[in-house]
Amino acid sequence: MTAPSPTHAEPGTSLPGNFPRFSQKHLLGIADLTPFEILELLDRAEAMIPISRQERKSLPTLAGKTQINLFFEPSTRTQGSFEIAGKRLGAQVMNTSVKTSSVSKGETLIDTAATLNAMRPDVIVVRHSAAGAVQLLSRKVGCSVINAGDGAHEHPTQALLDALTIRRHKGRLNGLTVAICGDIANSRVARSNLLLLGALQIRTRVVAPKTLLPRGIESMASEVFTDMREGLRGADVVMMLRLQHERASGKMIPSVREYFRFYGLDAEKLSFAKPDAIVMHPGPMNRGVEIDPAIADGSRSVITDQVEMGVAVRMAVLDALLADRNEPTR
Amino acid sequence: MSRLAIENARIVDPASSFDAVGTLTVEDGRITGLTAGAAAPVSVPGGGERVDARGLVLAPGLIDMRVFTGEPGHEYRETLASASAAAAAGGVTSFVLMPDTLPVIDDGALVDFLIRRAKATASVNVLPAAAISRGLKGEEITEFGLLKEAGAVCFADGRHSIQSSALLRAAFSYAANFDMPVVHHVVDRGLTGDGVMNEGTFASVLGLRGIPAEAETIPLARDLELALLTGVRYHAAQISTARSAEMIAGARKRGRNISCGVSINNLALNENDVGGYRTFFKLSPPLRSEDDRQAMIEGLRAGTIDVIHSDHDPQDSEVKRQPFAEASDGAIGLETLLAAALRLVHSGDLELMTVLRALTQRPAEILGLPSGRLAVGAPADFILVDLDYPWTASEAGFRSKSRNSSFEGARLAGKVVATYVAGRKVFDLDEEGRG
Repeated sequence: MTAPSPTHAEPGTSLPGNFPRFSQKHLLGIADLTPFEILELLDRAEAMIPISRQERKSLPTLAGKTQINLFFEPSTRTQGSFEIAGKRLGAQVMNTSVKTSSVSKGETLIDTAATLNAMRPDVIVVRHSAAGAVQLLSRKVGCSVINAGDGAHEHPTQALLDALTIRRHKGRLNGLTVAICGDIANSRVARSNLLLLGALQIRTRVVAPKTLLPRGIESMASEVFTDMREGLRGADVVMMLRLQHERASGKMIPSVREYFRFYGLDAEKLSFAKPDAIVMHPGPMNRGVEIDPAIADGSRSVITDQVEMGVAVRMAVLDALLADRNEPTR
Repeated sequence: MSRLAIENARIVDPASSFDAVGTLTVEDGRITGLTAGAAAPVSVPGGGERVDARGLVLAPGLIDMRVFTGEPGHEYRETLASASAAAAAGGVTSFVLMPDTLPVIDDGALVDFLIRRAKATASVNVLPAAAISRGLKGEEITEFGLLKEAGAVCFADGRHSIQSSALLRAAFSYAANFDMPVVHHVVDRGLTGDGVMNEGTFASVLGLRGIPAEAETIPLARDLELALLTGVRYHAAQISTARSAEMIAGARKRGRNISCGVSINNLALNENDVGGYRTFFKLSPPLRSEDDRQAMIEGLRAGTIDVIHSDHDPQDSEVKRQPFAEASDGAIGLETLLAAALRLVHSGDLELMTVLRALTQRPAEILGLPSGRLAVGAPADFILVDLDYPWTASEAGFRSKSRNSSFEGARLAGKVVATYVAGRKVFDLDEEGRG
C-alpha cells in the first residue's frame, strides 16, 4: 500500500485530522454530493483506517447514538460492514432484516419507517430492492438516512470505498482509466461509480453486451464498449460486476458459458489492461461466471482490500453525518 | 315548464364552429336556440331564469372518454357519486366509465345496474363501457349484442390490453356487426416487462426499468391492420409517442373509422416530472419525452388526435405511497382536465376551439352521442368557464375520494364557474366556494 500512514492513533473521541462540518443530513446518493464533499469523505475514511488496524478498535464519536440497519434485501457484507463501522464508533447498533412479500413491500417500508422513527434513532441505514425507496423513507423520518443500496439506482458507500481503494493502490485518482464490466443495466454499483468518477472527471468505460447496457448509457460513461478486449485496453482499473445469472440466463444472455467466454475476466482478457491494472469486484462474486477464480484470488485482485475500505468509508460517513452536529468545536 | 337563457357569454361551439357573444336558450332540458349578438331586453318568452354570463365562455359540457371509479367493489377509492361531483366541478357533463371494477362490467345486468345506480346517485351522465373480454382476461369476447341493448356505449378493456391478435380480430369483426366502437389501450406486455417509466437516459439515471415506445407502436400497428380488415369503429384509447401519431395519420388515409385519444397527462407533463420518484406520475402509458409531448400537441393541431381525456384513475394512498416501481399506475384528473388543457391555450400551443373540439364534439361523434354540441334539440349539457381564473390544485380541494393528482400543487388558469346537465345546474363555483 502506498497510502500515507498516519501516526498511530490513541483511542479517543475525535477523528485525526481537521475536518469541517459536513453539511448533508443524509447520504442518499453520490448524485447529491459535490466533488469537494466526495474528496472530503475519502480523506475522512483514510483517517479511519488506522482505527480498525489498532488493537483497541474504538473511536467513540457516536457514543450514546442509535443506529438502525434496516435491510429489506439480504446482505451479509454491507450490513456487517455498517454494523462494525457503527460499533467501532461507539453507537448502539440494531439490525432489522425485513422479510418482504411482493404484495406488501411498500406498506412494510412506510409503516416500518414510522415505527422505527418513533424509537428515535439517530441514523437508519437502508437497503431496498426498489429504486427511490430510500429517498421515500428519508422523507418519513426525522433522523439521518444512509442509502445502502436501492434497486438499480445508487449504492453510494460502495462507490466511495471503491474510489478509496483505487486511490490507495494507485496513489491518485486523476488521469486513470476505469473500466466497469458486466451487468451495467441492473447495477446500482455501476451507477454510483459512474457518478463519482464522473464528478471527479476520471475517464470511465463501460463494457457489456448490448442487452446489459441501459438506454442513454453514452451520457453516463466516457466510453461504451461491447468488446471486452477493446474495453480493457490500457485500463488502470478493471471493475467487475456481479451477474444475476439466474435472472439473466436465456433472456439477456444465452448462457453462463457464453457469457464467461466473451465477458468473463480471465488472464487473456486482463492482458489487454495495463500491466499494473488492479481488479475489483463489489461482491459477492460468481466465480466462473463473470470472473475466473485464478484472477479473483490472484495477485492483481484488491477485492479483500475493498472490504476493509468499506468499513473505513462507512465509519467516515456515519461520523460525518452524526458526530459533527453535536461537536461544533471540532 | 322550465326555461333558461344564458346571455352575453362568449359562446364557443366546435361542432358548428360558432365563436361569438350571444344567447343560449334552453327549455325542458334541451337547447332551443343559439343566437349571436347582445341579448334583447326581454329575451325569454314567457319568463324563466336569465343568467348574465358576461366575461365567461359558454361551451358544450366536456365528454371524458376514460374514467375509472371504484364502484362496485372499491367504493373507498371512488363512487359514482364522488366521481360525478368531481366531474361536475371540472365541467365534465358526461363520462365513459371503464369496466375495471369488482365485478368486471362484462354482463348486461351489470351495465343495467350501473345505469340505475348512476341515475340514483350521479349528477352527470355516466356512460358505461362494457368489457371486450370476459373478466378483462383477454381470452373470450363478451356478449356484445346484449351489452349494447343494456346500454353500453362502447367496448373497452380498461387498463388491460388484449395480447391475442386472433381474439382482437374476432372482437373487431363482431363489434362491427353491431356498429359499436371498440376502445383499446395498446400495450405489449412482453416489451413492457417490469418497466415503470419511459425508457431512456432519464430512467437509466434513476435506476428504473424503462418502457420502450415500441411497447405501444407494435400493438398499435396490429390494431390498425385489424381495424382496416374488419371495418370496426376503432379508437386507440390513448397514444403517447410521436411514432404512434404518425401511424394513426397513415391508417386514416386508408380507413375512415379510426380515431385515437390522448391523456391530458401526456399532453401537459413529461418524463422529467418523475424526477423525485413521485408515484402520482406513474402512469400507463408512461409520461414520455418532451419530443413526444410536442408530437401529441401537433397531433391535436393537425386533427390526427381526436380526443383529450382525463384518464381519471383514483388510487388510494395504500397503493400509491410506495416505492415508485411498486406503486400502482394512475392519477385522478376530472377536476383538473379543463384547466390543464387550457394551459396549452394560454401558452399559445393550441386554439381554444381545437382543445374544446377534442373535449366535446369528437368524443360525441365517436360514441354517437347527441351531446357535445350546442345544437337546437341537443341536451342542454354546457359549462360556463372563466378562462383566466387563477387557482392552485390542492389535495384538500378535490371532490374525488382519492388524492392521487399529478397536478397537485400546480398553478392553473381557467376554471369552470357553472356546469349544467340537461338544463339543470349541477355545479356553481360561487356556491361551492372559490379556490
